[in-house]
Amino acid sequence: MAVDMNMNVLIVDDYTTMLRIIKNLLKQLGFNNIDEATDGTMAFEKVKIKEYGLVISDWNMEPMSGFEFLKKIRASEEKFKTVPFIMITAESKTENVIAAKQAGVNNYIVKPFNAETLKGKISSVLGDF
Amino acid sequence: MSNESVNEDEIKEGKKDRIVSIISSVVNKVGQDEKVSLAAIMTELRDLLLVIEETRQDLGMVRTTEITGDSIPGATDELDAIVASTSEATGAIMDCCDVIQEKAGEVGGENAAAITDEVMKIFEACSFQDITGQRVSKVVKTFRNIEEKIDKLVHVLGVNTSNVQSEDTRQGDEALMNGPQLSGQGVSQEDIDKIMAELDG
Repeated sequence: MAVDMNMNVLIVDDYTTMLRIIKNLLKQLGFNNIDEATDGTMAFEKVKIKEYGLVISDWNMEPMSGFEFLKKIRASEEKFKTVPFIMITAESKTENVIAAKQAGVNNYIVKPFNAETLKGKISSVLGDF
Repeated sequence: MSNESVNEDEIKEGKKDRIVSIISSVVNKVGQDEKVSLAAIMTELRDLLLVIEETRQDLGMVRTTEITGDSIPGATDELDAIVASTSEATGAIMDCCDVIQEKAGEVGGENAAAITDEVMKIFEACSFQDITGQRVSKVVKTFRNIEEKIDKLVHVLGVNTSNVQSEDTRQGDEALMNGPQLSGQGVSQEDIDKIMAELDG
């Protein structure tokens, strides 16, 4: 199935620089509707009121981390349980990757990353585009 | 390592050994079945008190207030300033990238694609700011932790730090080197121009 490039994508990071980088890369890859949030709490509020086809989130954020946000949406309503979720983080320890996987993450990218890696991981989650 | 610091280390080790040996001796004596003389225990406890008192005096001399009240907060402010300035610079670089990308669209064709590819590489490279920001935040946290621990130690040992004045021992040209100043600590270019004009006049 072809990827809908008009799907809503939510990016979550507490560094505005990183939000801008990911947004630009996503636009370059052809995604048109991108929303931003600066922590898990804000992201969860957005997810509740809008349907997202993809969530890309950082791990280290306050007050709610990306990991807590992931667990929260996976533990809430049925419709949130399957939202594709990619973690982009500087946390590169094995235990982090395992914990994220066990919490239901669909893919995991370690910072710093490039456009090719981002495209590859999105493709592995949504299909080729 | 200098002779002085080797000497200091030896003194510290010696003190640590003395404390451990006194405590062990007291514990052993109290733990023995036969009656232990109270005077013997008192003598050892007095020795322990002496070592603690020496440590308190040493701590008073190392200017803990200078470390917790000036050095550490100063260092964390400098680190915060690094994050702020790299963030600002990264923002400026990305603003330029946006403009270049826009212009590339006007150029069109193969050149546009090549320019866009290179601009994307600049965007990717800009992620250094996020990583360095996170690393610096970790260092700041560690500094604050050390500051807290020194404060606790000083409080527990009842060290008197009120008489200890922090002093800048630098002289001459060296004493003039305190920059870069943090926001609000220095004067503006406008102020500098005024001062220069006044001095010229």
